[in-house]
Amino acid sequence: MAISIEDVEHVAKLARLALSDDEKETFRRQLSDVLEHARIISEVDTSGVPLTSHPLPLVNVFRHDRSRPSLPQDEVTSNAAWAEDGAFKVPKIV
Amino acid sequence: MGYETIIGLEIHAELNTESKMFCGCATTFGGAPNSSTCPICLGHPGTLPVTNEQAIADTILLGLALNCEITPRSIFHRKNYFYPDMPKNFQISQYDIPLTANGWLEMEVEGYTRRVGITRVHIEEDTGKSVHIGESGRIHGADFSLEDFNRAGIPLAEIVTEPDLRSPEEARAFVQLLRATLEYLEISDCKMEEGSLRCDANISISVDGETGTKVEIKNMNSFRALHHALSYEEERQRFALEHGEKLTQETRHWDDAAGMTHPLRSKEEAFDYRYFPEPDLVPIEPDQAWVEELRGRLPELPQERLNRFKSQYGLSGEIAAMLTGEKALADYFEKAVQTGQDPVELAKWIAGDLVALLKEAVVPIQTCPVGPRGLGELVALVAQKIISGKMAKDVLKEAFQSGKGPREIVDAGGLSQIADAGELESVVEEVIADNPDAAEDLRQGKEQALKFLMGQVMKKTRGKANPGMASDLIKKKLAGD
Amino acid sequence: MEINFQEAVEIADQIKKKEYSAVEATEAFLARIEEVEPKVKAFINVSAEVARERAAGIDTRIAAGEDPGRFGGVPIAIKDVLSTRGVPTTCGSRMLEGFIPVYDATVVQRINDAGTVMLGKANMDEFAMGSSTENSYFGPTRNPWDLERVPGGSSGGSAAAVAAGEAPWALGSDTGGSIRQPAALCGIVGMKPTYGLVSRYGLVAFASSLDQVGPLTRSVRDCAALLGIIAGHDPCDSTSIPEPAPDYLAFLKGEVKGLKAGVVKELSSEGIEPGVLERFNATVETLERLGVDCEEVSLPSFSYGLSAYYLIAPAEASSNLARFDGVRYGYRAAGESEDVWEMYDRTRSEGFGGEVKRRIMLGTYALSAGYYDAYYAQAQKIRTLIMRDYGRAWESYDALVCPTSPSVAFKLGEKTDDPLTMYLSDICTIPVNLAGIPALSLPCGLSEGLPVGFQIMGPPMSEMKILDVAYALEREIGFDARPPMEG
Repeated sequence: MAISIEDVEHVAKLARLALSDDEKETFRRQLSDVLEHARIISEVDTSGVPLTSHPLPLVNVFRHDRSRPSLPQDEVTSNAAWAEDGAFKVPKIV
Repeated sequence: MGYETIIGLEIHAELNTESKMFCGCATTFGGAPNSSTCPICLGHPGTLPVTNEQAIADTILLGLALNCEITPRSIFHRKNYFYPDMPKNFQISQYDIPLTANGWLEMEVEGYTRRVGITRVHIEEDTGKSVHIGESGRIHGADFSLEDFNRAGIPLAEIVTEPDLRSPEEARAFVQLLRATLEYLEISDCKMEEGSLRCDANISISVDGETGTKVEIKNMNSFRALHHALSYEEERQRFALEHGEKLTQETRHWDDAAGMTHPLRSKEEAFDYRYFPEPDLVPIEPDQAWVEELRGRLPELPQERLNRFKSQYGLSGEIAAMLTGEKALADYFEKAVQTGQDPVELAKWIAGDLVALLKEAVVPIQTCPVGPRGLGELVALVAQKIISGKMAKDVLKEAFQSGKGPREIVDAGGLSQIADAGELESVVEEVIADNPDAAEDLRQGKEQALKFLMGQVMKKTRGKANPGMASDLIKKKLAGD
Repeated sequence: MEINFQEAVEIADQIKKKEYSAVEATEAFLARIEEVEPKVKAFINVSAEVARERAAGIDTRIAAGEDPGRFGGVPIAIKDVLSTRGVPTTCGSRMLEGFIPVYDATVVQRINDAGTVMLGKANMDEFAMGSSTENSYFGPTRNPWDLERVPGGSSGGSAAAVAAGEAPWALGSDTGGSIRQPAALCGIVGMKPTYGLVSRYGLVAFASSLDQVGPLTRSVRDCAALLGIIAGHDPCDSTSIPEPAPDYLAFLKGEVKGLKAGVVKELSSEGIEPGVLERFNATVETLERLGVDCEEVSLPSFSYGLSAYYLIAPAEASSNLARFDGVRYGYRAAGESEDVWEMYDRTRSEGFGGEVKRRIMLGTYALSAGYYDAYYAQAQKIRTLIMRDYGRAWESYDALVCPTSPSVAFKLGEKTDDPLTMYLSDICTIPVNLAGIPALSLPCGLSEGLPVGFQIMGPPMSEMKILDVAYALEREIGFDARPPMEG
């Protein structure tokens, strides 16, 4: 399963990763290898087989609608690179 | 060319649970930035969501009110995309197996009934809020943005309709009915201006039955805006079709100030959400007992109440719609009915003068200075002909402003201070016409005649005429003769 | 020095009997750390002050006649993938360098309540992605048995710390073998519990439907003890099994006569080093001598395990790691960014290492429009088939066995050129995570002077039985878990 550089660029954009041309080519090669190896599963007949999205047979796990104290202000932004008046600051969006 | 407008809506309603969807932070509004957050709703590494039972109950209740089927086994999905107001850069939502689906809501619009299909109602978590810092405070041209996650994680019910609406007016009526429904169920504050009720629309024009190009409209922040935006868009699309122009399937942003829609210039065209089942949450299988218990809790819904107001109280469709459009108003009306006064009269006063007073003073019906009993009192006074209808309007105003009861105001003669010049004038004319001798006497300058005529005016107005004004009017009338 | 190679359970006992104090125990381990860390590099962060403070607190409680906790004063190492309040948690990544959590993981709270003393945060492959601990931003850990070789991964630091006597026991995490494989390569015991038995709240997520926290210990008794502390329902984790956990240590007997064990054909032949296979087969014979009926069993879907795993795990990881964007915490690219999108791109490209980026790319691809059905969905269906295979096996067998790792510890740098080669290290451990069942790796001997691990798998919630089999084998094998390090 060979993937193209365009595929790599598209995926990198979705994943918000900036890749150098070298990295793109390396990933292209490596991803192709892994996907080629993984192709083995496409040969398996899974018609009628359900997906396992949850390995446990648990259902209906809930919590009661009760509020409890939130984080103190200083702890909220304690690990932020850039904060102002309790809010997280980011460069312009558009 | 048979043009038909096709509209479908996607509405988000913030649920008024005590705590957030997946953590115990309070669902406060307007606190300091990030004052209601925790590692979970901030997306700290290692944190996990736990589902708020009440939010699920509320969504099922909404689904039942919208005649939906409750899905026997539904799951959460992750909707993956990056945005600064997203604590995890994925939103926990529902995808192809929503909590409820396949319902309908019937509404009356301008004399006819329209049944609108409800495709689905599902539950998801809200995002944080961005405040854009720059010259205009809007996202375009901002230098940077500040992120506040107080809102992140608040439960959102998403209601998607079938494209069954055929006009901007229908769309507005639908959202109003949905808003009322949410209010009746007491599961949301549903205020469009505050953002607890948000609406996006899909609109297209079908030509001779052939489906047109669907355009999504966003940023309609009030009922008025919804109507304007869709009217504008309807016009824009028709114009394009009439002139053979091609329409693009796109998302457009409603600019309320400019009164038009613009294509949304989004840098992020790659909207591949890569939905997959949320592994940190387990499926929801509402059992029959729970669903039936919730069904039992359904109150009388707006449309039902509207129909009952018509049949039980003989109200017109228009007045009934106005009263039932807001639960508290309808409750007020029914309490007023308990005073024994004529419901039609009561409704007229509430829907007309009272609502006008409330609107002007920006006071909600819940804190109206005139209670239902007070209103009943007023209507009784009119019914007993103690005061005229016109006077009653003034009494109501006085009662609204002072908080005093109508009876008290009338008895205290406070009404006499409110001189109704027009009415007094006609009484004076009558009295002069009835007493030509006395009138002639007064013209001759006999002061006693004035006293006599005054007495007649007082008699006629049962003492409510303002003496000074009455005296002036008599003199004026006679002088003008 | 003796204390450094004592069982944790023994240390707890000694402290309670006042043979030595908690502070003395802690100092002994801190001293050992200082001695061998330059060579082994098992820790990213040794939190000596925190440890001393806690140990002193334990001693105060003991002196006052108060209960210091069931394992009061016993030091422990914690894989740096677990959130520890006030103590830096890096996940072996530049992305979280200097990050100080504001809350404790549930398992950390539980080991604290039991009185243990955290020595520090153990090294690991970045965000738990790897099989050698060579993917750590802070440099690799070395195998105490041969410092030129890897300790395995991703819990390589935890395994090496225990093997080298730097900690009596440790917590690790296992998504595709990350506890069991390093345990095997370092000659210690490692266990992945049933999915849902141990809370994941506070475990920085790699692949949410596969991750579990588990013990790395010198002995099976210690494994039972540590598992008992951390296991049991947690309301903060929706995927947590509703019941409390049994007291594994109290019930540990090692009675195995009459049990039936299946030797997994697909995992016990080709692809396994001859030396490993030899030790494995010898151990099977030992098992039979103990009265366990062993026979070969075929689980055909296991051949697809690796491929399914390398689609499911990266897919979930690509989503779990999206939160690392420089906005609320963690690394943010220095200098001005044109806009937030550039900030994201630069932050994530600079903050993540190569393997992490590779898996994010792979996972994003597997979930993307047009590929979801062929890759992610298909892999999840394979998973169902694997679970069915196991299900059928449990009808006939109490346990299944196979080698833990296809090879002994390999040399540093040996497999770093080709990701696929590295991924093959997990071939024996991966099916366990896909099925959500428990499994333990027990050191069963040496091959060319390097430890070999024996893997025992069981049905969901069969930890007690697995521990019993391991306990019986351990006694019989008599493996000396002390690596021939100088000093």
